[in-house]
Amino acid sequence: MSIDNRTSETMPRDELAQLQIEKLQTTLNRVYRNVAFYKHALDASKIVIENIRSLRDMQRLPFTTREDLRTSYPYDMFALPLRDIVRIHASSGSTGRPIVVGYSRNDVAHWSSLVARQLAWAGITEHDVVQIGFSYSLFTGGLGFHFGAEHLGASVIPASTHGNLRDQVTIMKDFKTSALICAPSTALALARTMTSMGTRPGELHLKRGVFGSEPWSESVRAELESTFGITAYDSYGMSEVMGPGVSGECEKRNGLHVSEDHFIVEVINPTTLEPLPAGEEGELVFTTITKEAFPLIRYRTGDRARLIPGDCGCGRTFVRMSRVGGRTDDMISLQGEKFFPGQVFETVLSVAGLAPLCRITLDKRDDVDVMEVGVAISSDSDYIDEMKALQKLRSTIRERIENVLGVDATVTFVEEARLQNEARGRKQPVVVDKRKT
Amino acid sequence: MLRIRSLESGYGNLRVLRSVSLHVRPGEIVGIIGANGAGKTTLLKTIAGVLSSWSGDIDFKGEPICGMAAHRVVSRGCVLVPEGRHLFSAMTVLENLTLGAYTRFRKRQGAAVSADLDRVLHLFPVLKQRGSQLAGTLSGGEQQMLAIGRALMAAPSFIMLDEPSMGLAPIVVKGIFSAVGSLRDAGCTVLVVEQNSRAVLAVADRGYVMETGSIVLEGTSKELLDNTEVQRAYLGKDYRRINE
Repeated sequence: MSIDNRTSETMPRDELAQLQIEKLQTTLNRVYRNVAFYKHALDASKIVIENIRSLRDMQRLPFTTREDLRTSYPYDMFALPLRDIVRIHASSGSTGRPIVVGYSRNDVAHWSSLVARQLAWAGITEHDVVQIGFSYSLFTGGLGFHFGAEHLGASVIPASTHGNLRDQVTIMKDFKTSALICAPSTALALARTMTSMGTRPGELHLKRGVFGSEPWSESVRAELESTFGITAYDSYGMSEVMGPGVSGECEKRNGLHVSEDHFIVEVINPTTLEPLPAGEEGELVFTTITKEAFPLIRYRTGDRARLIPGDCGCGRTFVRMSRVGGRTDDMISLQGEKFFPGQVFETVLSVAGLAPLCRITLDKRDDVDVMEVGVAISSDSDYIDEMKALQKLRSTIRERIENVLGVDATVTFVEEARLQNEARGRKQPVVVDKRKT
Repeated sequence: MLRIRSLESGYGNLRVLRSVSLHVRPGEIVGIIGANGAGKTTLLKTIAGVLSSWSGDIDFKGEPICGMAAHRVVSRGCVLVPEGRHLFSAMTVLENLTLGAYTRFRKRQGAAVSADLDRVLHLFPVLKQRGSQLAGTLSGGEQQMLAIGRALMAAPSFIMLDEPSMGLAPIVVKGIFSAVGSLRDAGCTVLVVEQNSRAVLAVADRGYVMETGSIVLEGTSKELLDNTEVQRAYLGKDYRRINE
């Protein structure tokens, strides 16, 4: 009798607890030996890993933050030498300091099977034609879903984000796509393009959609379901923890089941860092217990959600988490990319001749997220009166932002005094988010 | 079947096991691999009740057996085939086998015991041929089979094997591991400790890797065989498999 996923998903909670403590202990033994960061962190908090005897004891373990991962750029958090790594992804951007994550052969195999498991929850089978509208890049969305869908045996179309939306809709129609996997904002844009092209949902073969990688709401779900005539499922994951496949909705669509045979999930109060009981909203914290190349101990995701108490009607014993309802920090999610205001500020400052001030305005134009970056020329700069030089400066800033953050921004010049006025008593850069209103 | 949590034990002042947790489900064959001195034998001895544990829990069939005397553990169906066989070499093969049923003698199980004897002799025909021979005169492989056969005489549901391949020729090792596979067919759950990692992972469903008293890796046999650290440390540096 071998172990398979069918038995894992419905495993009694006490068996699951045994599995988790075993895997947690082996993970701790490995990170303590192989990752200098964890050895120092555990030694500094005077924790002897052998004394972590139960899942309750893990509340004594130190947290890992996004900043820790940035400082370890590129490979310092890897628990395996590069010769054992078969894949490398990064959280965002190609320059600057993204978070670099690695996968061993077993990690990639687990990842595929976890994504496949989740797609199966959404009713996708080997009979489906799956179109993936995530970019195939350093970002984990594209390849993560791709290999999961392939593992499931579906026919996978790596449509990615290339070409225009009309091409994507044409593929959807002509290739008889039955399941769409992409960011909810992409799906909305596709839905509207389809309507403007005069294509009716009846002409498509679409039955299901799995959407994730950015926060979305029940009203977006309703719009996608009615426009496409599909059932839409939520999916959650992040590159640092693994990529897509960390948690997902089952047929009940009442919370996302966390694959607890691979991850231990906690919700903490982001201020006191105390664990919160099920039902209370706080910051999601994940510990990976099967990852070989890039294990994480109590990683603070910055995502706000709660754990849903009680059993799910589907019979799976994995705990459910609510939809992610926002961030505990100021991270900006725009055009499918994630970054911090500080990164925008840093980028602006790297351009000579600008005052150390910046205002970020986020807005929606025709349902598409846009960002405007307001900057000021330093009074002692030579640019001040030359129109041509100013235009060049504007495009330089825009290009840098695009290179570093992967988003298209509008750059405007504002009087220095005005920015100074706005900045008074506030943290730089000033962020104005008009999208929510 | 077996569930161990954060087990610690050792000899005198020397702590060998450091917070070891593992489990074996009914019908599974689970392997524990690791270098000399990793604590594999200590672990089995602690489960069997030969060594007492310092802390942690051992549940067998849902009941705690931590701190229980060794013969009581055997009565519950958990037996150990010790490293180096430990046969009574001046006694015959049949006498050795009969002694394996020692804990059952006073329970009027005579008929069941003789049925088990037939079963063991059927499983290991060579023991039947050598029935009246002194155990000490058997070859290494035959002695190992006798040791396993003796353990089976206690009518166990769970059998632990400590280094069954030790000191045996490769061809004999093959025979021993096919015998391990047939133990499962005979209704036994098996926990086997081995230095011959390749042989044990070929027959086991899952495995644990022990290093200096702790478990550093666990997973299905396939996952362990695919792990490059396991390949380098336990399967030989030339071991390399490329999926075709």
